Amino acid sequence: MKDKYIVSPAPHVHDKSTVKNVMWNVIIALIPALIFAVYYWGIRALILTLTGAITAVITEAIIQKLRKVPVTVHDGSAFLTGMLLAYNIHVGAPIWLPIVGAIFAIGVGKQVFGGLGNNPVNPALLGRAFLLASWPTQMTAGWVAAKNSAMSGLNNLSRIATNLQELSPKAYELVTGATPLKVAQSLRDSSFVADINAQAGGLDLGSRIFGSLTEMETLKSLFWGNIGGCIGEVSAFALLLGAAYLLYKNIIEWRIPLFYIGTVFVLSFIFGGIPGSGTSVLLPFFHIFAGGLMLGAFFMATDYTTTPITKRGRIIFGIGCGLLTIVIRLVGGYPEGVSYSILLMNVFTPLIDRLTMPKAFGKVAK
Amino acid sequence: MRLKTFPGGIHPHDEKHYSKSAPISDFPTPQRVIIHLSQHIGGPSTPIVQVGDEVLKGQKIAEPAGFVSIPQHASISGKVSKIAKFMHPTGTLSTAIEITSDGSDKMVELTDEQNYMDLSPAQMKERISEAGICGMGGAGFPTIVKLSPPEDKPIDVVILNGVECEPFLTSDYRLMLEHAAEIISGLKLIMKVVNARKGIIGIEANKPDAITLMEKLCAAEKNLEVVALKLQYPQGAEKQLIYAATRRKVPAGGLPMAVGVVVQNVGTAFAIYEAIRYKKPLIDRIISVTGSPVAKPMNLRAPIGTLYSDLVQHCGGTKEPVGKIISGGPMMGFSLPSLEAAMTKGSSGLVLFGEKAAKSLAEHTCLRCARCVDICPMNLVPSIIANAVKYKDLDMAVQAGLNDCIKCGSCAYVCPAQIRLVQYIDTGKIRYAEAQRKK
Repeated sequence: MKDKYIVSPAPHVHDKSTVKNVMWNVIIALIPALIFAVYYWGIRALILTLTGAITAVITEAIIQKLRKVPVTVHDGSAFLTGMLLAYNIHVGAPIWLPIVGAIFAIGVGKQVFGGLGNNPVNPALLGRAFLLASWPTQMTAGWVAAKNSAMSGLNNLSRIATNLQELSPKAYELVTGATPLKVAQSLRDSSFVADINAQAGGLDLGSRIFGSLTEMETLKSLFWGNIGGCIGEVSAFALLLGAAYLLYKNIIEWRIPLFYIGTVFVLSFIFGGIPGSGTSVLLPFFHIFAGGLMLGAFFMATDYTTTPITKRGRIIFGIGCGLLTIVIRLVGGYPEGVSYSILLMNVFTPLIDRLTMPKAFGKVAK
Repeated sequence: MRLKTFPGGIHPHDEKHYSKSAPISDFPTPQRVIIHLSQHIGGPSTPIVQVGDEVLKGQKIAEPAGFVSIPQHASISGKVSKIAKFMHPTGTLSTAIEITSDGSDKMVELTDEQNYMDLSPAQMKERISEAGICGMGGAGFPTIVKLSPPEDKPIDVVILNGVECEPFLTSDYRLMLEHAAEIISGLKLIMKVVNARKGIIGIEANKPDAITLMEKLCAAEKNLEVVALKLQYPQGAEKQLIYAATRRKVPAGGLPMAVGVVVQNVGTAFAIYEAIRYKKPLIDRIISVTGSPVAKPMNLRAPIGTLYSDLVQHCGGTKEPVGKIISGGPMMGFSLPSLEAAMTKGSSGLVLFGEKAAKSLAEHTCLRCARCVDICPMNLVPSIIANAVKYKDLDMAVQAGLNDCIKCGSCAYVCPAQIRLVQYIDTGKIRYAEAQRKK
């Protein structure tokens, strides 16, 4: 036997998990959504996603070189940030949009604070907020329809009102030109509803369109991905598939997504109705499958660094995200509130952690 | 049947296959033994022999220093050749008595008390105390102290710890298979000493044959119960075992006696049986010598003080390069710079790792992934404790649970950033103790 052995503190065994392993597994979990996006929108979805991811990696490498710290882009975290940023952009956006967004996300959102593990808010969401504030037109205009679908995915609506265009041009514009969440938001504006109803000669179009949001046809489209939206939001099914993989692999934990989605579910049922139509038991399903909730709840609100580490803290975080999302969707200025609600809750994370420090096993509450 | 367990915890590979089917075999009398004066928690024993003295096997060579201490006995016959600092199995240098064998292995006279069960609790305690027994599961708390709870803390349950949740180790398992009846007698004796009405033997589900055997032997006894426990680390930690077996929660900072429980390792129960029936001092124990480099992994009954190098040699040496030497199990054991350490009363295993298994990755910044929080069996926030210690914020460390940590190592086991959480917490505990002393 030789005379030099490794001496190190216990434990001497490890479950073999690494940062790199965690990050690349999240990337794998995001691939089903990308496949769906490419299926519905073509190769451009892939190009935009890779552009975002590669820009993020290059940005991180350059900044780490400048900071004279080890270049750690192989850990996959920058790639993941770039990918998530691109997932928040629609497929009709110009190619420079994910590039600028990724540079901002990595530079200002992450490296300024010292890199992985030190950023206060989700870098991908910060990048998206930056893009939305700076280039609102490019971020929202020019939605590209999914194959075989009307713009908003409400193809069943065109069936119930084939002559919608003549009946009420404003209503036609609404159902063909926006995302389902935009439709839901517009219908909460009673003067807008009065307008389209008046155009249709007193026909209650508002209620009919609102009713179509919760038709099986619409919910199916939302679930499988036959709708307009951002690249990563296309299919709730694809995202759930990825989420199931992450839960199985023990990479994300159930508390935040469950309480986030649960809160949206309950609140949208209570408050989601419109005057004259009331609510529907299917409305919560519309709200959880529409927009970026699945992407946000499973892939952004579960970001390690920017969310609480205590168990009770994660529950509070999830409820807070759900509450803010519903407030923004129902009474705010934007049709969708997932990214802002997560960003806002990120800011509260240190406070939540501090207030929810657990009691040690066997410790009696004072 | 739903197996009992505790909240939190991890599931490391149990790696017991190396040595679990090797029956206990006697280690031949070594040429020399090194009897440490500090084999237990509490004051180091005081030597009562001098260099040059002839001693018999089983002869007392050191007296306890105070109440929380134990005597030490010669584990072979021969001559006291040195009293000096030797390597302790925890990796530090510590004073010990070296005995060189005279080859005769002559032993002090033992008795065989037929009616040992009828002795009075005071007589039993006297024999336990004289035998120098301390907890043999690792921590090494003097057994007599554990068995002398204050008047106002009555004990109703005695739990025998046959969990052996540390990967690799099989010494308790073999002991349970080969000396089940003696262990049960030991349990009954402990129950008599503390006047408990119920005895529980807790065994993890990866030892089904031990569970079956113990159940068979306990079947006729109304007040004894065998509890099968889920395979989950650290099932054998005292507070976790008590909770799993009885649903009682030991208060933070408190002792098991606060909830009327005494926990003893199965090896300790065996030693108690031998001490009370035969007046045999604790001079040998079962140790697993295992790990992939060991040519013939074995469970050995070896004299206390046997050198690790002698144990490995007896097991046929090594068949691949060794990267790490671990005294105890891989979760809480100590890695040693050489095999020159000698086993103590708490040495349940000697585990060797090959070069690949010995390697560990570099530490990364904390991702705040909260895995350590999710699995902490004490419901603490290990990452915050470690960070607070790093930035010398003792108050924050205490708030996050510094003093409640049992150092089981589960947090470091699951940390994807490879942060040496236990090391930080250890440092924090030392700093906290220093700060308390200054106050």
